[in-house]
Amino acid sequence: MSLRARAILLVVLSSVCLALASTWTTSLGAAQDGRVSIFLWHAYGESEARGLEAAVDAFEANEARAGRDVHVEVTAIPFGAYASKLQAAIPVGNGPDVFVDAHDRVASYVEEHLVRGYGPLEPEQAADFEPTQLESLVYGSDLWGVPLSAKGLVLYVNLDLAAARSLETLEDFEALRDELPEGSFPIAWELDSTYASAAMFHAYGAQHIDAHGGFALDDAASAAALARMRVLVSDETVPSESSGDLVRNLFRSGRAVAAVSGPWLAPDLPPELRYEVRPLPRLRRDDGTEAALQPFATIESVFLASHDSEAGEGTSEDRHRMARELALFLAGPEGSRIRAIEGGHVVCSRSAWADPALADRTTLRAFRDAAAAAWPMPTHPHMSRVFGPVDRAIRKVLRGEMEPAAALAEASHRFADETRPPPDRRDPMWGIVVLSSVLVIAMLSLVRQLSRPEVREGLVRSMPAYAWVTHALLAVIVLVVFPLAVGAGTSFFAGQGSDLHYVGVANYVDILTARGGDLFATGSFWVVLAVTVLWTVVNVASHVGIGIALALALSRPVLKLKTAYRVLLILPWAVPSYVTALAWRGMFHRQLGAVNAILDVFGVEPISWFAHFATAFAANVATNVWLGFPFMMVVTLGALTSIPKDLYEAAEVDGASPWEQFRLITLPMLGPALLPAVAMGAVWTFNMFNVVFLVSAGEPDGSTEILVSEAYRWAFTRGHQTGYAAAYAVLIFGILLVTTRYLPGATGGAPRRGKAA
Amino acid sequence: MSAREDTARQPRGSAIRGALVHAFLIAAVVFAVYPILWVIALAFSESVVPEARALPLPTNVSLDHFVAVIGRTDGEGRWMFARQLWSSAFVSIMTSVVAIAIATPAAYALSRFEFVGKDASVKSLLATQMFPGVAASVPLYLLLDAIGLLDTLSGLVLVYATSAVPFALFQLRGAFDAIPKELEEAAMVDGATRFGAFVRVALPAARPALAITALFAFMSAWNEFALAATFLTREEHYTLPILLQSYATEHDANLGHFAAGAILVSVPVMALFYVLQRQLIHGLTSGGVKG
Repeated sequence: MSLRARAILLVVLSSVCLALASTWTTSLGAAQDGRVSIFLWHAYGESEARGLEAAVDAFEANEARAGRDVHVEVTAIPFGAYASKLQAAIPVGNGPDVFVDAHDRVASYVEEHLVRGYGPLEPEQAADFEPTQLESLVYGSDLWGVPLSAKGLVLYVNLDLAAARSLETLEDFEALRDELPEGSFPIAWELDSTYASAAMFHAYGAQHIDAHGGFALDDAASAAALARMRVLVSDETVPSESSGDLVRNLFRSGRAVAAVSGPWLAPDLPPELRYEVRPLPRLRRDDGTEAALQPFATIESVFLASHDSEAGEGTSEDRHRMARELALFLAGPEGSRIRAIEGGHVVCSRSAWADPALADRTTLRAFRDAAAAAWPMPTHPHMSRVFGPVDRAIRKVLRGEMEPAAALAEASHRFADETRPPPDRRDPMWGIVVLSSVLVIAMLSLVRQLSRPEVREGLVRSMPAYAWVTHALLAVIVLVVFPLAVGAGTSFFAGQGSDLHYVGVANYVDILTARGGDLFATGSFWVVLAVTVLWTVVNVASHVGIGIALALALSRPVLKLKTAYRVLLILPWAVPSYVTALAWRGMFHRQLGAVNAILDVFGVEPISWFAHFATAFAANVATNVWLGFPFMMVVTLGALTSIPKDLYEAAEVDGASPWEQFRLITLPMLGPALLPAVAMGAVWTFNMFNVVFLVSAGEPDGSTEILVSEAYRWAFTRGHQTGYAAAYAVLIFGILLVTTRYLPGATGGAPRRGKAA
Repeated sequence: MSAREDTARQPRGSAIRGALVHAFLIAAVVFAVYPILWVIALAFSESVVPEARALPLPTNVSLDHFVAVIGRTDGEGRWMFARQLWSSAFVSIMTSVVAIAIATPAAYALSRFEFVGKDASVKSLLATQMFPGVAASVPLYLLLDAIGLLDTLSGLVLVYATSAVPFALFQLRGAFDAIPKELEEAAMVDGATRFGAFVRVALPAARPALAITALFAFMSAWNEFALAATFLTREEHYTLPILLQSYATEHDANLGHFAAGAILVSVPVMALFYVLQRQLIHGLTSGGVKG
């Protein structure tokens, strides 16, 4: 591309930016007197958000008619960030005044002091809800939320495929199996997730958690349910390795007679698809009795945040009143009617359903009937810890690796491990003594250094240099060193919020001793460390090998299409890695992935990639090699151009073969230039969290986790054990620091490149 | 060093060897492009028929996903894509400006001057890169809250600077190391100050490395999701990767929208790569990712 073309591109780009900037700034409004403004957060997808926003508009209009100036700022938060964001934002006044979330979080929110109680409702308000739904939001003796909508899984039946068949029980569906073509299924059902499979456990009389928050899925009934699920997958009544997206696509494209999904599926179905929504089928147990499949019901509720949002307007009193009124309006008859009509919410308000506009919404009514028959998700704070261990147990059984009873016993053990009480409070005395003595020793040695005349002279001589670095030094200390030091400090604490307490080195002891369990079991620190080292070595070796090979090929003097190759080969670098990692995960799907489709062309049997450590690890490595080789290639390409050409000429005169030239000239000359990049690449790979998290997600059974993904799990999915995760981070830091000291080129005193450059 | 290696070594290699090289490169290109073709196929497919296929071809080609992603408005009818594009552009450009502005003089000093504490600072700086970010996000959150920069684009720029500044320092120190000191010394003999020599001699010579360092800072901010989702709250401040993630909600992921969004997000980076490809090769190595 010529300079001129680049200049034009630049001008066009910058004018677009400027145009955008001006539209943005002019639309900023100004604050007004007497106005109350509050913030409402939700994590709905697009169509459900429309219903909520329509109801909020109606609320604002009502208030305006009453002469009050009320503004509600509605914000959609990405679901993945929702819970951690509420936890971080509310205590510092940066959160919402009102937020929507599932009822089963109520106990955690109360204990973390994130929500405010409602106080008593008016009798007619309370009478508008099912008593069980309202009761699920009571914790202690107070009411902490009001129910908006009830969601549960239903059965979508494709009427064209089902024809006139009777499909009342699971067994009817199993009988369908032989009539369907290859690649089609009687039921698309995400059976390997704890949430979607709950109905199976319920049908056998099993429960996930008991009244005291103990693991309850370890009885014979649970094992029988799991054994039945294994049959459903092995006879291909239900696809294996399912996901929400797969369920949707199978049903949409007519490759599943029925789908087990929630109300969120309906808006995505094409209008020409003839389907009906029914409650889940019944199931015939081994003793011949029939039982209903009762899925979990989630009651989406509206909560009042315990702290006011700083960005809101109006007095605290006004805003509290307005927040409560907004919440009751959204949950009440009028708000519910609007949400149901505009957003397809399966609203809890009874009187809303009397509206004629909802009379012919048969699908919506079917959702409501199914939700009423469902099993409200237990609200005990430990319920959220059931999912991870049970997911793992189900997957192991469905893959045929383990017997149901053994897998559930393992899940029970894992659950106990993740819900263990935090280490005891320790007297911080010793910690303070150690910390202060380290500080005193550091100060003393600094003073001693400064008292030496040659050091002082050195300082004086250094003054001009300091003028160049001070601002960067300050920036790095404030932005990098300080947060890391505080983060490292939290590794000596456990608990959360007001329960936060000093525990000394207990977190480290727990990690290094595998919390008293088997030191060499899957998931223990030492095993994960070994996996991480293997991961780093394999990846870096592949990056360097492929990078050098490609760079050598690309630097051949007469190569056609050189630029095209080069541009195409750096493409993996340009697409965000969380997108391509998901694409890779899809490619490794057993039944529908492209990798098995390619292998099929060569006559290879389909491989269950995430069922074995070796193949799951290989899938992770393939993804990460793909992501990382362009960097090494580009570094090598640059380094190759700095090798003097006369060396090769001389070698050719001496009759050296190309291989000898490579071994005797190229490699030794590349070495010093590549070593720092290799060391940096090793550090990055060691801490490469995205790929492991998104591709194998630790499967099978957590065996492909690396240290940093393990730290993330403790920080975010295993009950926010921040201190424990921080201890992992400090250990990772220590390992890398020690290792890189002994690797050439990795430390600050890296061998300088020859002055030849 | 000039990049014109073409004249120096005329090959006598056989046609077979040339063909092998092309075969190898084509295989590598297929490996590099294949997953991206799947993303593209997904983005242009109106609906996905789930069946195992080896060829990444779209089914029922349509632009619906792009229209939906670009045309997205919020409850008050504001055009979200344009706002979020602006947020992304602002944050990414400012991140590279801030990183370059802070790191360049310091990197120059690290390359040219000897001073007390230099080795220790370089080593500590390198050490910070080994600390997994998971431990620092909560303290950073509290820090930004304390200075009132939570939920602002400037605050997010600061967060991104935490990784962009150390990287830029290493990158640029290497670049300055590779520039002969003699050039600046000559300028100073002619009466230029140290600063004058830095601005008029060292900076122009380091231009490729500066361009690449800026590109890296830009890219890391442009593609980042997790920190942006934590530190930004208001939808009009969101960056494009957050918009992307909002297509993957609790029970369900709209992968078509997701893929279309991914392509839209990638196009500017690809364009920059294309424009800067020569600098990419020389800028990266003249610096070397020198530890």
